Amino acid sequence: MSAHELKSGPLEYRSSQGRMNILGFWIFLAAEIVLFSTLFATYAVLFGRTANAPTPGELFEPSTVLVMTFLLLISSFTCGIAVHEMRRGSVKGLITWLIITLVLGLGFLGFEIYEFIHYTHEGVTLQSSAYWSSFFILTGTHGLHVTLGIGWAILLLIQLAKRGLTPVTSRKVFIISLYWHFLDVIWIFIFTSVYLIGMVV
Amino acid sequence: MQLDEFFVTGEPLIYGAMVSIALVTAAIIFILTYFKKWGWLWREWLTTVDHKKIGIMYIISALAMLFRGGMDALMMRIQLAFPGMNFLNAQHYDEVFTTHGTVMIIFMAMPFLIGLMNIVVPLQIGARDVAFPYLNAVSFWSFFFGAMLFNISFVIGGSPDAGWTSYTPLAGAAMSPGPGQNFYLLGLQLSGIGTLATGINFMVTILKMRAPGMKMFQMPIFSWSTLVTSFIIVFAFPILTVALALMTIDRIFGSQFFTLTGEGMPMMWTNLFWMWGHPEVYIVVLPAFGIFSEIISTFARKQLFGYKAMVWSMIVIAGLSFLVWVHHFFTMGMGAFVNSVFSISTMLIAVPTGVKIFNWLGTLYKGRIQLTTPMLWSLAFIPSFVIGGVTGVMLGMAATDYQYHNSYFLVAHFHYVLIAGTVFACFAGLVYWYPKMFGHKLNERIGKWSLWFFVIGFHVCFFPQYFVGLDGMPRRVFTIIPEWMPLNVISTVGAFGMGMGFAIFVYNIYYSLRYNEREKSGDSWDGRTLEWATPTPVPFYNFATVPHVEGLDAYLIMKEKGQTTFDEANLKPIHMPSNTGQPFIMMSIMFVASFGLVFEWLWMAIAGLIGVIVMMAFRSFDYNDGFYVKVDEIKRTERSARGL
Ligand code: HEM
Ligand SMILES: [Cu+2]
Repeated sequence: MSAHELKSGPLEYRSSQGRMNILGFWIFLAAEIVLFSTLFATYAVLFGRTANAPTPGELFEPSTVLVMTFLLLISSFTCGIAVHEMRRGSVKGLITWLIITLVLGLGFLGFEIYEFIHYTHEGVTLQSSAYWSSFFILTGTHGLHVTLGIGWAILLLIQLAKRGLTPVTSRKVFIISLYWHFLDVIWIFIFTSVYLIGMVV
Repeated sequence: MQLDEFFVTGEPLIYGAMVSIALVTAAIIFILTYFKKWGWLWREWLTTVDHKKIGIMYIISALAMLFRGGMDALMMRIQLAFPGMNFLNAQHYDEVFTTHGTVMIIFMAMPFLIGLMNIVVPLQIGARDVAFPYLNAVSFWSFFFGAMLFNISFVIGGSPDAGWTSYTPLAGAAMSPGPGQNFYLLGLQLSGIGTLATGINFMVTILKMRAPGMKMFQMPIFSWSTLVTSFIIVFAFPILTVALALMTIDRIFGSQFFTLTGEGMPMMWTNLFWMWGHPEVYIVVLPAFGIFSEIISTFARKQLFGYKAMVWSMIVIAGLSFLVWVHHFFTMGMGAFVNSVFSISTMLIAVPTGVKIFNWLGTLYKGRIQLTTPMLWSLAFIPSFVIGGVTGVMLGMAATDYQYHNSYFLVAHFHYVLIAGTVFACFAGLVYWYPKMFGHKLNERIGKWSLWFFVIGFHVCFFPQYFVGLDGMPRRVFTIIPEWMPLNVISTVGAFGMGMGFAIFVYNIYYSLRYNEREKSGDSWDGRTLEWATPTPVPFYNFATVPHVEGLDAYLIMKEKGQTTFDEANLKPIHMPSNTGQPFIMMSIMFVASFGLVFEWLWMAIAGLIGVIVMMAFRSFDYNDGFYVKVDEIKRTERSARGL
């Protein structure tokens, strides 16, 4: 299985196991797309079914959501820089930019938690109505993914500090960067189809 | 919670089951201890990452599940033959048909096929294992513990009773309180994780690990069917994951997705379920098609007729399978337009399926046919499946479906496709690849007895159901009117015939182990594809030297040229993954977490989830990347296996 090792090209693509893991992860992301599409579909179907609870238009705060969006977008950008640093062979640059990415991600999460608590105080919860169930589950699933991503990246940071750049660590970093960008893309869809539409309708 | 709420009480049948479970468990523990086999069990099986052993474990578990599901079936048949005897009451009958359906589809059909894929696909494409052996073990254990979780429900907590389709609002917290339905949700969720991982694993394996020279359109057809199936799995299973999660959250945390309060939408469950559910029926039938294709081509001694058409029809079926789900609930009132659209897309599926039928006939045509047991299973499949398919098209006509829907006509349809398709294929495939797995064939004479009992029993059981269905007998009823009695009695007789067939099959496993001649070469049936190029038993690294593939039916070409997979001059050390107990441990913790959630003991669920996360972190720091098999060892193994 160790055949077909390459001598050049990005570190993470040099071993055949590395190439397989990356392909496997792309396929996993396809499955994740189906998962989120299903959640978006349930959200769309249940849109407007707020029962006696407040409507989204009454609750959504443009400013919070805008800050969250910028935090996550910038974190996607810094994650790109991190991989760029990795390709340059700089462990230090990679670790630094990865930490910045995580801090931004944590900021995003902080705002999301604040947002949820705020809504609860306004009287809407998971149990309020079909609409709010789908809202909390869709955004919550995304938030859970971000949380897991942060935990995972911390594990990788420890490994990077211990082992430096190897075909294995660079593969792991590359894969988590795919994951991170993916979460960003999902957020764009949440931002537009949940928040923007929710605020105007 | 009181102990008598925890255990199911008051049912003599269930007390009997409890006693037998206790006895069997005690016997297993005793035997393992007496023969000092615990270490062996751990080292050779529980920690293995070898695709062949994982495949065997899948198949053994699937056979056990076939037994359990079969018992459920016989209980239902007894009840319907003697409805006055009150063998099962209404509640118990509901539980039995629910567990029967769920066990058969999720814990029997899929694992059986995935087991065969595990054993065969890497060998067929000339690979030394799957792409992610560790993940493969995770998949198996997640299926295993999911199945365990679902199966304990009938002694602990109570079985689900809302049907394998679990329509809401019936399956919601208001109308099905208690742990029963939660067992369904979490058992399926747990095993579903494994299925998704298997789909990813086989996709990468097949795309990336084919032997040098093997083009996509030179791949054995069973491997093709596995690839297409994996594709369906990756795109269908996340839908089930979400549907199950939403219902779990509805039931345990009070959300309002499928409820009648809070403007929830019960029918959304029906949609989500079938958006997964219809692709699912193709997940269990496409690999079956692949198995039959291999067997028919081997025993007609001809190349598969219309190989490319076969592949393309599978791809078209896979695509269409996502576009027909509404045919399962034409009667729920979507309106004429929607029904028409889905009616047409449903009938379209019959086209590629028909293409395949003609290809099998074309392969048989002018072949030198050998009537071995696997071939007989395949020949029994063709006409039986045609009946199932044709009645499927009848059901697909929305207007007439108002008549057939929810009747025994429907029951007969899906048993004709699932049994004649999937179950026959599992038996055929097991008999066919059995020598590769265990080093001896199954006895042909006993095998044919089991086949005739099963096939004739099957038709006797299900053919009358079409008619009793047209006479208006609804599905899922525990008692019937006198007019339906005669056909139901015939059905029950047939069901016992199938039971006999299964019993003989199992006896054959024992008989052949004792008395059948051991295989001398790896090529038991004069095969055409690479799995037959390996010696028997297959060395754990599969191929000493990986062959260069030059066309379809790669091994046939190799045999003509006198090549083997043991090219002594070109041996190199082989890299193999190490065994690990992590998948087993991780999934047993997951089992505990799910069990906690079933009883809504959040502390237990959370503790379990933390345990799983710790295991994953542990894995992340695990840099063990296997070991090398030395050239000497390969030489020794191959020489003794090949009798050189
Ligand atoms: C020619 C291809 C097929 C067509 C046109 C077809 C059509 C249909 C239709 C219209 C129904 C719904 C009937 C109703 O509820 O009133 C149905 C049910 C079903 N079909 Fe098929 N089918 C086909 C092949 C298959 C195959 C290959 C399988 C599985 C291997 C399968 C498994 C099932 C199952 C399990 C159900 C019933 C599920 C339930 O309600 O519990 N079908 N089929
Ligand atoms: Cu269907």
